[in-house]
Amino acid sequence: MTEPLVVFDNVSKHYGDVVAVSNLHLTISEGEFLAIMGSSGCGKTTTLRMLAGLEEPTNGEIRLDGTRMNEVSASERDTPMVWQSLALFPFLNVQKNVEFGLKMRGQSPTARREKANQWLERLDIAELANRDVRQLSGGQRQRVALARSLVTEPRILLLDEPLSALDANLVVRMQGVLARLQKELGITFIYVTHSQSEAFAMSDRVVIMNNGQIEQTGTPREVYRNPETRFVAEFVGSNNILSGTVKDGGDTIVIDSQLGLFSCNKTNKPSPPVGSHVSFVISADLINISMHPTGSLNELKCQFISEEFIGSVVTLLTESEHGSEFKIQKQQREISELDIQPGSTLYINWDLAHAHLLPTIT
Amino acid sequence: MTKERILRLFLHLYVCAVFVFVFLPIITSFVFSFNSDRFPSLPLGHFTTHWYQTIFNDSDIWEAFGVSAIVSASVAVLSTFIGFCTAYTDYRFNFRGKSIYLALALLPPTIPLVIMGLAMLALLSRINMSGEIYSIIVSHVVLCSPFAMAVIRMRLAQIDPDLESAAWNLGASEWRAMHQVILPFCAPAIVSAFCLTAAVSFDEFAVSWFVSGLNKTVPVIILEILQGNTDPQINAIGSIVFITSMTLVVLAQIIYMTKASDQRALTGVITRRQDQ
Repeated sequence: MTEPLVVFDNVSKHYGDVVAVSNLHLTISEGEFLAIMGSSGCGKTTTLRMLAGLEEPTNGEIRLDGTRMNEVSASERDTPMVWQSLALFPFLNVQKNVEFGLKMRGQSPTARREKANQWLERLDIAELANRDVRQLSGGQRQRVALARSLVTEPRILLLDEPLSALDANLVVRMQGVLARLQKELGITFIYVTHSQSEAFAMSDRVVIMNNGQIEQTGTPREVYRNPETRFVAEFVGSNNILSGTVKDGGDTIVIDSQLGLFSCNKTNKPSPPVGSHVSFVISADLINISMHPTGSLNELKCQFISEEFIGSVVTLLTESEHGSEFKIQKQQREISELDIQPGSTLYINWDLAHAHLLPTIT
Repeated sequence: MTKERILRLFLHLYVCAVFVFVFLPIITSFVFSFNSDRFPSLPLGHFTTHWYQTIFNDSDIWEAFGVSAIVSASVAVLSTFIGFCTAYTDYRFNFRGKSIYLALALLPPTIPLVIMGLAMLALLSRINMSGEIYSIIVSHVVLCSPFAMAVIRMRLAQIDPDLESAAWNLGASEWRAMHQVILPFCAPAIVSAFCLTAAVSFDEFAVSWFVSGLNKTVPVIILEILQGNTDPQINAIGSIVFITSMTLVVLAQIIYMTKASDQRALTGVITRRQDQ
């Protein structure tokens, strides 16, 4: 069996007493678009820098295409990176920036020029070839940075929050450019970001990191709908988390929380024993809302507090009788049909199948 | 409104006064270097280049200018090199005792020149190295390297910390990254450090006087002429020295400001973005 392109085998990185990455196991296959996601300081950038050879792992082994990379210097790895700051060389023009990697590999000036021009054209910036990088707009600089990294035709491209400096509408456009490029080239992209929308929009698989460890790995859909840990449930999407003790462990698990009894579908994981403490998640967009009690299962009486209006989707913030907050996400037009005033009493409920039981920590 | 105007006027006048205070003696010396009278007094005599002709025909002065030129050029090269190495070490590495290293590297200019000259003479004569041109060069390098380091360090503080890593990442070895990225980025500071150290060395008197022996530099010969007789050729030499070092210093400033400022425009944008 051939090994995946990239293997992190029990890799740790310590800075003195600070543990940046701890016992990381991660495999990345050829042609995959992988996003590593987490809040700042979670170890995602350190992971990327270790793969590029800019940080040395304290423990463990990193293999690229089956070869141990720990002792290979950064300049001898073919793992070009697109930097958050872009790190374009300010004293070189666009063409020379793009040619840099080829020059370091000892290619002739004519070969360099030809290849650089190909990539400039591919990224629609051929007319900028002789411009100073200082005169470019954010989006143009982004394309130069991409061309500079891809010109050596690597099998893997590392991206460290490359879009964080762009305006929102430009981010969406560049996401399209990146996703298309990755499909066309068929090479591996490893994309580090703190932005859920960027990660979900482009990647085949998402790795969620926290405190130097992987919390969950899966497709964007899996991570979004089936969070495996409380951290993921809080970090991804807009989730409501409830806790309680198991009262009945049949096919539907009945949980006794301070807000009342709730039912949850039994997942295929071993069901928690009666009396144990569990948490479950209801995604904010899967909550139904009405002005009158409907008598359905899992119903709660809440008071409307405030709403956050961002275009077509509205997030309502409500508070239950015992002071727990509930977030509810609805289409704006659905909400406008209801007569909701500050302080209105609402009844919220959710489908049995939409309550997702978090695995208990053992 | 008017209050502000008065304040502004006052401040302008104040700045002018400072400049007059600093430059008047030099301008006086410059004016008298073209004056025919033996002693500097008013009213002025007639215009003459006689004093310049005198020094041009004086082989001692020619020799002194030669020594000074060799010394300041060598000092500029050596101390810019050492200054760059020190500044880069500071930029790139973190190690124990770094603050002590930095304090030592920046220490020499704080030592009184007479003490420094005396100490240099004591050391160099003990190891049989005094009284030669290279004795002056060695002493001046000690004195000038910190200036070079300070200028280059300032430049390195502006670099995008990812820039060098980006070069490695694209296949540049450490030496090539230094050559292709760090040096071009620092170029304005390096040229400016070169001019600055050349100027400092060219002007320096006390240390030169102690260690130069028979190889007199220009400031040393000025004192010698002064001790013999006061005549306006001193003004002429002084004017030449002033113009030489002023040119170097102004050049250093201009190169640093123009080159560095357009590159800073970009790094400025980047650092702002990272802050967001």
